[in-house]
Amino acid sequence: MSEEMMEEGGGGVIKKFCYINRKAPYGTIYALESLEVVLIGAAFEQDVSVVFADDGIYQLTKGQDTAGIEMKNFSPTYRALEMYDVEKLYVEKESLEERGMTADDLIVPVEVLSSAQLQDLMEDQDVVLSF
Amino acid sequence: MLLHTVNKSPFQHAALGSCLRLSKDGSAILLIEDGVYGALKDTKISADIENAMKTKKVYALEPDIKARGVQDRVLDGITLIDYAGFVDLAAENKAVEAWL
Amino acid sequence: MATIDVAGNAVEVDEEGYLADRGDWNEEIATEMAKIDDCELSDNHWEVIKFLREYYEEYQIAPAVRVLTKAIGKKLGPDKGNSKYLYELFPYGPAKQACKYAGLPKPTGCV
Repeated sequence: MSEEMMEEGGGGVIKKFCYINRKAPYGTIYALESLEVVLIGAAFEQDVSVVFADDGIYQLTKGQDTAGIEMKNFSPTYRALEMYDVEKLYVEKESLEERGMTADDLIVPVEVLSSAQLQDLMEDQDVVLSF
Repeated sequence: MLLHTVNKSPFQHAALGSCLRLSKDGSAILLIEDGVYGALKDTKISADIENAMKTKKVYALEPDIKARGVQDRVLDGITLIDYAGFVDLAAENKAVEAWL
Repeated sequence: MATIDVAGNAVEVDEEGYLADRGDWNEEIATEMAKIDDCELSDNHWEVIKFLREYYEEYQIAPAVRVLTKAIGKKLGPDKGNSKYLYELFPYGPAKQACKYAGLPKPTGCV
């Protein structure tokens, strides 16, 4: 896509897009692929929600240092999402609890939702993409 | 003895559970890659690992721990090792059983 | 891998001219890359290039043009945070061209 296109956005119907992240970073490629899709998709100016559940919450863990495994630490990029107008980040409460974590352990501000609340949120979407 | 390695998250795979069930007392278990999430405090599987540590020696690969930002949450009694330590463990044991 | 000559040293770049190793970057490389595009770097160019390097350091990503424009506006004011100003400086596309001189990868989402 050209830079002009990315600048002007779609201009068409706005749909509700939901990205569901359920995998830890680094062990598999899902987390990084999802982040790239979210960033690219942001150019289309849709109504985007990003959900982190199960091991997906580990993507947002503070203090990641990948020098020892020679992979890129992409966790700082989650802090750029806001500038891409991706502002609705949700984390499942049950997933945090199972891992002994709280929202304070995460690199970006998120809204913590219960499983029941997440059910409603997902039901309300036009497009759901799962990673 | 065998060196058992686990590289899958205990929350998404049965690998760690199978490893704990099928490894003999006295053997070494090394958590690597996403397997290091099994080495952490206050999770729903912490008690299983603590129980296993009564009879088995549990290690975690420090570069994988640090990459994931969980260095402050590792259970007491788990030994962190580097890649050279991984090689030493592999050499000390009869064979490596990788729980994929 | 392709290389460009910078003061007698061969510097590795990819097929589109982006620096292969971000750690190799210095101002001479940026100047040479611009020269290849017939562009002479002014203080206004350097301001954007340095902004991009700081942005990458902080977020580990080369921003899309829309995001770059907005972020420049926040930092340097509305007379610089607009498409016209940035396209005049970097006619091949502000994000693509400036990221190249800054030694960053091509912005995510640009083809």
